[in-house]
Amino acid sequence: MIGLPHFLLLAGVLFSIAVAGIFLNRKNVIVLLMCIELMLLAVNFNFIAFSHWLGDIHGQVFVFFILTVAAAESAIGLAILVVLFRERKSINVENLDTMRG
Amino acid sequence: MMQNVYLAIPLAPLIAAILAGLLGRVIGRTGAHTVTILGVATSFALSAWVLKGMLVDGVATYNAPVYTWLVADGIQMQVGFLIDHLTALMMCVVTFVSLMVHIYTIGYMHEDPGYQRFFAYISLFTFAMLMLVMSNNFLQLFFGWEAVGLVSYLLIGFWFTRPTAIFANMKAFLVNRVGDFGFLLGIAAIVHFTGSLDYGVAFHAAPLIAHQSFTLFEGQPWNAMTVVCICLFIGAMGKSAQVPLHVWLPDSMEGPTPISALIHAATMVTAGIFMVARMSPLFELSETALGFVMVIGATTALFMGFLGIVNNDIKRVVAYSTLSQLGYMTVALGASAYAAGIFHLMTHAFFKALLFLGAGSVIVAMHHEQDMRHMGGLRKYLPITYWTSLLGALALIGFPGFSGFFSKDALIEAVSLSHAPGASYALFCVTAGVFITALYTFRMIFMTFHGEERMDAHTREHLHESPWVITLPLVLLAIPSVVIGWFTVGPVLFGGYFDGAIFVLPQHNVLAEIGREYDGQGGFILNAFRSPAIYLAFAGVASAWFLYLKRPDIPAALRLKLAPLYRVLDNKYWFDWFNENVIAGGARGIGRLFWRVGDEMVIDGALVNGSARSVGWLAAVTRHIQSGYLYHYAFAMIIGLAAMLAWMLSQA
Amino acid sequence: MLTTILFYVFAAMLVGASIGVVLSRNPVHAALFLVLAFFESAALWLLLEAEFLGIVLVLVYVGAVMVLFLFVIMMLDVDLEELRAGLTRYAPLGALVAGIMIAEIAYVVWARHLGLNFPVDAPLPPEHYSNVHALGTILYTDYMLPFQLAAVVLLIAIVAAIALTMRHRPGYKRQDVSAQVAVRRNDRLRIVKVDAEKYQ
Repeated sequence: MIGLPHFLLLAGVLFSIAVAGIFLNRKNVIVLLMCIELMLLAVNFNFIAFSHWLGDIHGQVFVFFILTVAAAESAIGLAILVVLFRERKSINVENLDTMRG
Repeated sequence: MMQNVYLAIPLAPLIAAILAGLLGRVIGRTGAHTVTILGVATSFALSAWVLKGMLVDGVATYNAPVYTWLVADGIQMQVGFLIDHLTALMMCVVTFVSLMVHIYTIGYMHEDPGYQRFFAYISLFTFAMLMLVMSNNFLQLFFGWEAVGLVSYLLIGFWFTRPTAIFANMKAFLVNRVGDFGFLLGIAAIVHFTGSLDYGVAFHAAPLIAHQSFTLFEGQPWNAMTVVCICLFIGAMGKSAQVPLHVWLPDSMEGPTPISALIHAATMVTAGIFMVARMSPLFELSETALGFVMVIGATTALFMGFLGIVNNDIKRVVAYSTLSQLGYMTVALGASAYAAGIFHLMTHAFFKALLFLGAGSVIVAMHHEQDMRHMGGLRKYLPITYWTSLLGALALIGFPGFSGFFSKDALIEAVSLSHAPGASYALFCVTAGVFITALYTFRMIFMTFHGEERMDAHTREHLHESPWVITLPLVLLAIPSVVIGWFTVGPVLFGGYFDGAIFVLPQHNVLAEIGREYDGQGGFILNAFRSPAIYLAFAGVASAWFLYLKRPDIPAALRLKLAPLYRVLDNKYWFDWFNENVIAGGARGIGRLFWRVGDEMVIDGALVNGSARSVGWLAAVTRHIQSGYLYHYAFAMIIGLAAMLAWMLSQA
Repeated sequence: MLTTILFYVFAAMLVGASIGVVLSRNPVHAALFLVLAFFESAALWLLLEAEFLGIVLVLVYVGAVMVLFLFVIMMLDVDLEELRAGLTRYAPLGALVAGIMIAEIAYVVWARHLGLNFPVDAPLPPEHYSNVHALGTILYTDYMLPFQLAAVVLLIAIVAAIALTMRHRPGYKRQDVSAQVAVRRNDRLRIVKVDAEKYQ
């Protein structure tokens, strides 16, 4: 029987894979943004699962808003990426270290 | 009135010293020597008058403070005088020898640029020594003690441009300092037990101290009087050059000969002997201390004599002789024959000063050549010097009738009758020492004045007798060297001269035993022929004649045959090596350790620089956290999150 | 039974797709893997009876956001060679951290059951339950204000995206509205006195 823990664990696995992805890729900013989307997806999973098992619709409302914000954020993120590429002619993450301390 | 006389005795040389020292250039050479000789002559005249007063007029002992410097915690620190028979004798000896040396210096230091400075110093010395012997409390004694040490330092290093002189004067001062440390501990113990620095108070409290015990280390209580006396004696060991603090005396010959005569023969080195005699009420109550004194003295007497046989510098031979004779005096003190010790001190002052000044006369005539191997046959060139030196030598070896004979034989007899611990060892040493003394003394006489002439032609042409300023003191010192023993042995040793000044317990009183059988000087001389000492002396002279006049090749052959023994003597029993390498080298090593390791490595390196460097290192490591890479920051957040989660999960 | 099998199939494909996103060398492949991941999630959400959101995921996320991603990937002339290298140096560490996180989440969710008592079975929805209807009801009543704010957020996103990427090429003729408004009569018009002339 599939229970709540299964879905939560699945979301956790997804989240961890996305975190590892952020850490592992050094060459590609785009994959970085995609991993962020994956993380948001994992959180959405959690909300939907809880909403289903608690019979509460509010979880899905929250997912609605998360989706909105995620979309907006990815749009802006890509816009920044485009501007970055214009300046640097490269999307290598390792070049983005002007905030070095 | 008497107080003014007593004040004038030390102050006259002091004022003369100040004048000659500070105004030396103004008053010129003649002025300097005139004012100082006047000062010391005044002192001598007054001292002689005081002595006459004590002996003839029966003037009582004077013991009073002159000036209270300060009072601290109930302890009075004063300047005071204690004038009794012992003091009077010392005062006369000191001032007479000082006067002779002052006159002698006019001739000896004639061409020296530091003429006025020298006179100022020897006058200052006379002042310091007088303050020492006239004091009635430990503080003034210590002041005089330190002051004579200071002036000795100044005089040994008189020719301060010579590195050997500077080495010698530092050595003298430092070795003396070691002795002074013990001395201070002794004075502190006196103050601790009696609460006062005054002699009278200390002597009164002596029996009480002797019944107390003093715990130096855990579980080892010592008799308090033993501790006090041994500490005081350590001071005497430094000042009177007993083994092992004797190392400075031979080196002190770097100073001009007049001061060798004054300071290192007659007066300063006898300060230790005087101090022990003065402290006889204390020493008598501790057999351990007396035994200690006797053993140290006996060791010095014999072993320093050995070193005199192999030395070739005329002054150093006389210096080792001084060390040996000081050992004799110390042995007498240890045998509770304080009077004999002081008597020998007095006779020794005369004939040893004579020998030193005679050596100085030879040195001047030989144009400052001091090596005896380049002398020989000088007696026809320097007759007065020869005859006076010969008289001094005869006195030194104890030729019957001369002053040294009376004092030395009385001393040896006293030791033979003593029951103090170590007496038999001491008896052996002083008896064997008679032979050794005769050997090295007449070795010196024969090598210098007899035999073939080994000097070069240029020096031989310029050989002439020294001027009267040099030979007059020699004659004036030769007279008491010969006769003073005869006239004073009776009253001083056996006639109760020191009653009231020196205290001897009845069971220790060996001099009283000798005194019971004493029947005049003639009897004394005849009695001497019944003991081995006089025969040993003659044997020594004969050996010296044989080895150095008849068959001069034998000493060289002996040196080769007995090479290891010769090496021991040549290295002066390795005392100097020990002091320079172990003690001084050890102190330098510790200093270097503290500098290199403690200061440079630990404080500078680890603490100061190390803390700065570790901050820098930590910053360099921490800098990597701010890499500028976003994914690093995100990763750090994730790791932090994981860690926090883990911690929260482990809590519940 | 069927739901169990479907869950596992979709879950496996989801995890595989997300691993593909992370490990792909080619960014286009990564984007396509992400699209696959979203499809699987939509399917899983359908299993969870969140139909509206499942469809919204496909329409909005895949249809708009991922298309945008692909546009940008195609547009940027990325050097593929450079991208191939250097992935595996930190792989162990990343795997370790991910593993730790999964372990912790599993511990909470599975072993300790979140410290709560859950019904094993989800509550059944009532008759005539419509997910869209339920969502719409609550969205337009209780969450009206956040809904409007979400719209404003989207507007801001549009404006920001345009403002960021706007380029001013030289030689372009553009209107400067503030200059137009600030113009003065004398800059545009000049009245000249001209004598009347007869044209012959």
